[in-house]
Amino acid sequence: MKSKNPPGTSRRGFIRGVGITSTAVGAVVLEKTALAEPFAVAKTIGPDAAPITLKVNGKPVNIIVEPRVTLLDAMRNQIGLTGAKRVCDRGTCGACTVMIDGKVNYSCTVLAIDAQGRDIQTIEGLAPAGKLHPVSAAFVSQDGQQCGYCTPGFVMAAKGFLDRNPDPSYEQVEHGLGGNLCRCGTYVGVRKAVLEAAKEMKGSRHA
Amino acid sequence: MPDYSWPPMNDRRVIGKRISRLDGGAKSSGRAKYASDFYRKDLLFGMLLTSPHAHAKIVSINLDDAKSLKGVTAVRAIAAPGDEIQWEGAEIAAVAATSEEIARDAIRNIKVEYQVLPHLVKEEDLSKAGPRAKAAGEQVTGDPDKAFQDADAVVVEGFYGIPVLTHCCLESHGNVVEWRQDGLNLWPSTQNVSGIGGDLATSLKYPAGKIKVEMDYIGGGFGSKFAADRWGVETAYLSQMSGGRPVKLMLERRDELMIGGNRPSGFAKIKVAAKKDGTITAWQSESWATGGIGGGGSPPLPYVFTEIPNKRMSHSAVATNTGGVRAWRAPNHPQASYLTCSALEDLAAKLKMDPVDLFMKNLEVTARADTYRAQLVKASELIEWKKNWHQRGEGDPGPVKRGLGLAINTWGGGGHTSQCRTIINPDGSVQIEIGSQDVGSGTRTVITQVAAETLGLPVGSVQLVMGNNSLPPSGPSGGSTTVGGVSSSTRKSSVNALNKLLETVAPVMGVQPEQLKAVDGRIQMKDNPSKSMTWQAACAKLGTNKISEMGANDQRKPEGLNSSGVGGIQMADVSVDTETGIVKMNRFVAVQDVGLVVNPKLADSQIHGAVIMGICGALMEERVMDAYTGRMLNPDMEFYKLAGIGDIGEIISHLDITPEHDKRGVIGLGEPPAIGVVAAIANAVANAIGVRVPRVPLTPMHVLAALEGRNA
Ligand code: FES
Ligand code: FES
Repeated sequence: MKSKNPPGTSRRGFIRGVGITSTAVGAVVLEKTALAEPFAVAKTIGPDAAPITLKVNGKPVNIIVEPRVTLLDAMRNQIGLTGAKRVCDRGTCGACTVMIDGKVNYSCTVLAIDAQGRDIQTIEGLAPAGKLHPVSAAFVSQDGQQCGYCTPGFVMAAKGFLDRNPDPSYEQVEHGLGGNLCRCGTYVGVRKAVLEAAKEMKGSRHA
Repeated sequence: MPDYSWPPMNDRRVIGKRISRLDGGAKSSGRAKYASDFYRKDLLFGMLLTSPHAHAKIVSINLDDAKSLKGVTAVRAIAAPGDEIQWEGAEIAAVAATSEEIARDAIRNIKVEYQVLPHLVKEEDLSKAGPRAKAAGEQVTGDPDKAFQDADAVVVEGFYGIPVLTHCCLESHGNVVEWRQDGLNLWPSTQNVSGIGGDLATSLKYPAGKIKVEMDYIGGGFGSKFAADRWGVETAYLSQMSGGRPVKLMLERRDELMIGGNRPSGFAKIKVAAKKDGTITAWQSESWATGGIGGGGSPPLPYVFTEIPNKRMSHSAVATNTGGVRAWRAPNHPQASYLTCSALEDLAAKLKMDPVDLFMKNLEVTARADTYRAQLVKASELIEWKKNWHQRGEGDPGPVKRGLGLAINTWGGGGHTSQCRTIINPDGSVQIEIGSQDVGSGTRTVITQVAAETLGLPVGSVQLVMGNNSLPPSGPSGGSTTVGGVSSSTRKSSVNALNKLLETVAPVMGVQPEQLKAVDGRIQMKDNPSKSMTWQAACAKLGTNKISEMGANDQRKPEGLNSSGVGGIQMADVSVDTETGIVKMNRFVAVQDVGLVVNPKLADSQIHGAVIMGICGALMEERVMDAYTGRMLNPDMEFYKLAGIGDIGEIISHLDITPEHDKRGVIGLGEPPAIGVVAAIANAVANAIGVRVPRVPLTPMHVLAALEGRNA
């Protein structure tokens, strides 16, 4: 009998290729956790609110936070940086994605006090006012967004992914962006956008 | 009467072009502000206490310990002793505080005593519903009993189920309210910018004219965000009690999944009879569904194949102690398509017939046979049906089996009531004012394209003002009605404004206004392009007077600018690992009937989005209720699963953009491609593995259970 499976379907490839959501997300979280060194806390803080300094997009920001406040909530509620969104608040969806010391992180899973001394980059710091970072621009030209609520998280995840994989394959994009969820169903555009951004960024590096 | 008709297809410069969405940069740079992003130094944080019980009576509520917390500015009981709570997540009390953390502490400090009552939260087994199931009368056409007993009839019987889904908008429901002495400001997350203020006014018994509504962006709605809602009213009171400071109250994720809206389930026992050649002779369905305590959800059966000669249908609404339904992208249609197409695929399998042939054979009992016939051919070609289809279960000998399935859809999509204003200024600038909203479908871009086309300008020359309730009112964005409504009202107001401009410049040019047109940034004579003046020069002739003209779409009289009624065919190609039960999407084809397409790029995105939402529903999404405790077991995004970027396979959309379809005017596209996805995938899985998985989602558990012949 002739095979009705698409060429190249093997059992290993099949299971690996299926991005059952939790698998993909789990992989991303574990990878990050394994790579990141334990956050060093300078001194004991709390239980009351305490002053801390965060380095956000290259600038020091002084805030007063309770130890239980996440980096995400500190940014959104106290610093006024609302590009990162709070959606699941449990490290599942990626809407809150920022870079910490150059690595992709879910800011809802990091306490603000643990982010002291770290280099935090948010979507707001990606491009100067009035300009679009090539990743953001690719999301526009490939229509990788609808309501746009998941988009800042996707853009940051894509940026972090491309920093490590400047010349990704389609399959690598699907795996690398597996830690972000979209309800409007923009993945077709997102796949294309990440590949387009890779091309753009490579071009500008050579230039 | 001015000529509002759409310009001929070949003459269009902006409409029909694949322009990138105009607010794309604002969104992808994180600069777009949603209600949940509202940030101001004096902002307070609101929060709800919701019921942990599915059914209970409130014995007492004590707010004292919440009120005494430092930083708490307002505490309100929503429910009162004696009230009967009918679902988990029902609103009990609300607080406002200077920080979210304090608000959370305050919620924890509220003491509520409940008298727990018996509940029903599951409806799959109708025999357990007792008096909670209310049967609507039986509908009978022809003589179904005789048709089923016919000696030549081939009869299939099956049970099929599709569970309750929740909208799970990524931006949860909620708003910011600032209720000051002189008026009330509302920043909602809504699909209804023009109407939500009136809704809040009614609940507050406060003059609607003093409520100012503003919303630029919304993080998903899908039919669940039209009203001010209980939490909107509570946010207003919290603000009032806090001296008029703005209060932000967005539902927590678990509440979002429990009370932010859900889609009714659909279960049915279906029996179908056909002649040996596949002609369907009889249909019988006994269906039931729940949509919360009010019942709700009645899928129109049989779907699309409505004129089967002999039919018997009955439906029961089951009242469960669960959060109430809200409209969801094509209400009742996805369930109906799934139930109907599953039964027809089972019939085809029993007849050993290709289901495409079975559908073809029976198109005369649908309302648009020609459309579906052409679409079946097109979709088959795109998915390579002939090459890849096999008889049910007769595919690969190995453990990974590939299969194909199909489904059908229909929808209306006519334009809603909408008003628009076009302003042309003496300096040549143009403003479009419309009280609509862009829910992510690209409404901003579409309105701008229509205005630019009409005025002969590039899109960059048109400034669009939308998203507040002081603008000309436009309908809520639901039922795929927005694009037809706003494109028609914008077309009319812009034609009206342009005519005023032409009246002003015609005497200067020594011609009649009817001899002029606007094109490529100029006003020129229709039959003598060399006689023209620039847009700028023409507008300068206005002196100090700007032009401000209205246009309206009347839902009942679209005047050819928009219309309704479409069909679509969808096909899925899947592989199923019969040892693990994992279903993998290879390819999905959506062939969709449309009218005039204002922006094909955005139209494609709508289809992709609808298909992906359907893939979530087919493979993983389900609200899981616990029969014993009455609670939702997965009110989070880890266990309420959505598809990720690696789960969707290849998606091919096909729109027939032809002069013939274009003549129908604009028709909405948000719902129709969302309808048949679950059905097509479920059929593909049955085709692959040789047995029907009676119950979606097609999780490994359900797939393996079906393979082993047990009920999951
Ligand atoms: S909000 Fe942080 S991962 Fe979802
Ligand atoms: S674009 Fe709406 S959630 Fe992704």
